[in-house]
Amino acid sequence: MSVFDTAVHLIYLACAVGFVAGLHLMNAPATARRGNRISGLGMAVAVLVTAAVLVHEGDAGVGAVTTLVAGALAGGVAGTVAARRVRMTAMPQLVSVFNAVGGGAAALIALGDPPDGTRAAVAGVLDVLIGAVTFSGSLVASGKLAGKIAGQPIIVPFGRPAAAALGVIAAGLGVLVIGFDAPVAALYGLAGCALAAGILLTLPIGGADMPVVISLLNAFTGTAVAMAGFVLASTPLIIAGGLVGAAGAILTSLMADAMNRSIGAIIAGGYGTGDAIAAAAGPGSAPVRETTADDVALQLAYAEQVVIVPGYGLAAAQAQHEAVALAEALSQRGVRISYAIHPVAGRMPGHMNVLLAEANAPYEQLRDLEEGDADLARADVALVVGANDVTNPAARRPGNPVSGMPILDVDKARSVVVIKRSLGHGYAGIDNELYTDPRTTMLFADAKEGLASILAALHAYA
Amino acid sequence: MNPLLVADLTVFVLALLVGFEVISKVPATLHTPLMSGANAIHGVVIIGVMLLAAVVSTGPGQVVLAGAAFCAAMNVTGGYVVTDRMLAMFRSRS
Repeated sequence: MSVFDTAVHLIYLACAVGFVAGLHLMNAPATARRGNRISGLGMAVAVLVTAAVLVHEGDAGVGAVTTLVAGALAGGVAGTVAARRVRMTAMPQLVSVFNAVGGGAAALIALGDPPDGTRAAVAGVLDVLIGAVTFSGSLVASGKLAGKIAGQPIIVPFGRPAAAALGVIAAGLGVLVIGFDAPVAALYGLAGCALAAGILLTLPIGGADMPVVISLLNAFTGTAVAMAGFVLASTPLIIAGGLVGAAGAILTSLMADAMNRSIGAIIAGGYGTGDAIAAAAGPGSAPVRETTADDVALQLAYAEQVVIVPGYGLAAAQAQHEAVALAEALSQRGVRISYAIHPVAGRMPGHMNVLLAEANAPYEQLRDLEEGDADLARADVALVVGANDVTNPAARRPGNPVSGMPILDVDKARSVVVIKRSLGHGYAGIDNELYTDPRTTMLFADAKEGLASILAALHAYA
Repeated sequence: MNPLLVADLTVFVLALLVGFEVISKVPATLHTPLMSGANAIHGVVIIGVMLLAAVVSTGPGQVVLAGAAFCAAMNVTGGYVVTDRMLAMFRSRS
């Protein structure tokens, strides 16, 4: 190994250390931003070193370098503009797009540098397969999250048999590439099959399952990038791909656990109706107690501890700013405030936390499932805004659609106020027993208007 | 089995294990920035795309290169910028 090669490899190693250190610093909100910057610095150095390698070896023609630079500049501008402009509520669809292009780039590497030899061919086939499925699958997921494609499960006629047939064709082409030195066209055919399969597999998955799906696709991209690393014998790609694959796998299993759904059932699709508020149900069997904004304001003002339980309805109504404004007004009166956030409260893992952080909620007040339950047990008032299934005590009993799903123990609070437009059902399609609990009162209102009127009443009377 | 492949496989498996170890300590509050930050890290695919410039020459190869460069650059820049934007919003009480 020449001195140059040795230096390049050692610098790449330092970059990989930067990625790991960056992810490590994400273990606390106070250090996370520094972590991301260290990781970004490692990335910048890796790019510069690779540029030095290209110059040093001098194999790249002027035409190829021009194409590379032009493509990268255009992509860099597109990425930066999208990242600066995106609204926090639209974060899941943007992250999906970034995930798609990452998988696409990984697949294109194997297409542009067709692997020779069995070892590279195996990695190349896997790279094209996983990368292309991720590319089209993530774009469909992004479209669903953005509301450009209907959120409800879309059943394609013969979708499952078609996806299976594509899988068989892809496997056949893969064998041809690996075992029989098939021409590059076979690899392109494989990419085509994988793109179609990605679309067919994602369309039937409903909106409620999106947090799991985008985590899983994130794991796929990591794996595709690692495979591209095997094709090119590039260690940084293999390390980064492994790290991202692990991150995606962990988030996938956390999200699936939080919904008590198996990953297989989620891929099979058909569950969840998307972003639409579920159709209003008829009145439940037991009566509910209705309340007014004035009463809620007094109840909150004289509480010692209030736990706010935000759900997707809060984000859909863009009510996070009103929620935090109310929380601040209560804080100033000496009420202890926290937010109990269910893992699937948003449309991607941790989404609700970002929305509340944007509205200036201090991160010390953001609680996960366990911490939230501890607070709820001590709370005078639990204020539920736009959350439904994740608060249903029926989950503790077997024999119903939410059985076994981890829920927030809202019914353990001394009193409960639910802000909701109607007694409509959540994704699970069943009555929420919390609403008929004798300690629960309902404020029938849109999340944003309901919170604003409570805040106005608080200023007026308390 | 080829010794190079064994070495690469070793690195991959160890990276997975390090990933599990480090990422399982990230609190739920930060799961969105974690995912987008991890997304940015797989933008390292851009160095693979750069190496591609040394092997492509034909017309179709140029198209593949241009597409790959666009995708990878969008992934890496967008990923880091949006993660930084999100993390800047996480403020302490003070």
